[in-house]
Amino acid sequence: MDIPKDRFYTKTHEWALPEGDTVLVGITDYAQDALGDVVYVELPEVGRKVEKGEAVAVVESVKTASDIYAPVSGEVVEVNTALEKTPELINQDPYGEGWIFRIRPLDMGHLDDLLDAAGYQEVLESEG
Amino acid sequence: MKRTPLYEAHLRHGGRMVEFAGYALPLQYTSILEEHLAVRRGAGVFDVSHMGEFLIRGREALAFLQWATANDAAKLKVGRAQYSMLPNARGGVVDDIYLYRLGEEEYLMVVNAANIAKDFAHLKELSRGFAVELTDLSEETALLALQGPKAASLLQGLTDADLSQRKRNDVFSARVAGRPARLARTGYTGEDGFELFLAPEDAEAVFEALLEAGATPAGLGARDTLRLEAGFPLYGHELTDDTNPLCTPWAWVVKKEKDFHGKEAMLATPCAEKLVGLVLEAGIPREGYRVYSGDRAVGWVTSGGYSPLLEKGIALAYVEKEAQEPFFVEVRGRKAGASLSPLPFVPLK
Repeated sequence: MDIPKDRFYTKTHEWALPEGDTVLVGITDYAQDALGDVVYVELPEVGRKVEKGEAVAVVESVKTASDIYAPVSGEVVEVNTALEKTPELINQDPYGEGWIFRIRPLDMGHLDDLLDAAGYQEVLESEG
Repeated sequence: MKRTPLYEAHLRHGGRMVEFAGYALPLQYTSILEEHLAVRRGAGVFDVSHMGEFLIRGREALAFLQWATANDAAKLKVGRAQYSMLPNARGGVVDDIYLYRLGEEEYLMVVNAANIAKDFAHLKELSRGFAVELTDLSEETALLALQGPKAASLLQGLTDADLSQRKRNDVFSARVAGRPARLARTGYTGEDGFELFLAPEDAEAVFEALLEAGATPAGLGARDTLRLEAGFPLYGHELTDDTNPLCTPWAWVVKKEKDFHGKEAMLATPCAEKLVGLVLEAGIPREGYRVYSGDRAVGWVTSGGYSPLLEKGIALAYVEKEAQEPFFVEVRGRKAGASLSPLPFVPLK
């Protein structure tokens, strides 16, 4: 499974990529593979204030629905509207075109509480 | 977990194995969507060896089956098959089944895997006083389903039977890839296709021959999306021990003009609910989601999912008998508009 080293991760299989004073959020390659064909994404409203760990979006595959949690507290400032027409971007390019929403964190320093690529690799190994 | 004779073959072809009715079976090989579309446009092959098979033989086999099943078994000529149900004493459904007439006094009943023990005990009990012999062949029968518009042409290259002479619901013996098989032009996808009953030791060779000839291996995920799109019930969801089949779109199966076990109770039970098909404006309905008529909760989703052909969420749902549109399905706290749909959800041949 691909785990880019340029970003942070959660135990719930989100990734968080810092860009300026915002953070791009998506799901990992492992997560999209486990979900299978993504057919619908419920996006949050721009401007919504979210707490770390709060369910912000929902990714639906053919077989199941999965909540996507905010990796840090902050405000949703952008959503990937391309997913409304082409939700399969999450399967095709989970770390790029398949991003889900952008948050402006209350404090960029909170990213340090997340896992790095090596830490996330360990989570996957412990899940077997 | 039990394994079917194709367990090793599933692993070899990348099957993602899950537990279903006590068996390890592939949920998918590559993608549920791809496998679904392969069956709608070409040909897919499913391992359905987990299904149960009972042989019913004897002088009073027909009389027994007329008593035990809701459809009219007397209509079956040798070499023909029908969809049917096993009613219980309360007029509910023990199982939905397929019945094949193999000979003058010989029938094969295919039942749902989860119900094999329950069905066999039920039939055994009902068979008292009938000159009939019941044998559970489930463990010694492998079953493949080859389904899709290209199923017949693909299979024709592997069999000595003339498939152009075989109609829907025919059952016959032939060789497939050199192995003896019983074939039936039946299935659970809404497409043309065949089900192949095989000795366990022949299953892998036939499976590989079908793949070699161009069939796509398809798993349980696609089997479920295909049957839902085709508007077919799944036992435990749309049909249960407490379901009156007369309140469902499959009421046609029940032949009221004949006598059968549970008939009086079934006819005496009024329908408080009806089963409907719903297409959602947005979101994917899942089993157990509430259905509303306006602001009033009127029912629940029994099977829900994504229709790859409609590219929308679809559901089978029980709603109050008098409930009217506009319908909504509550999808995680939000009410999604849902319109009534005839079954099947998509046009099928």
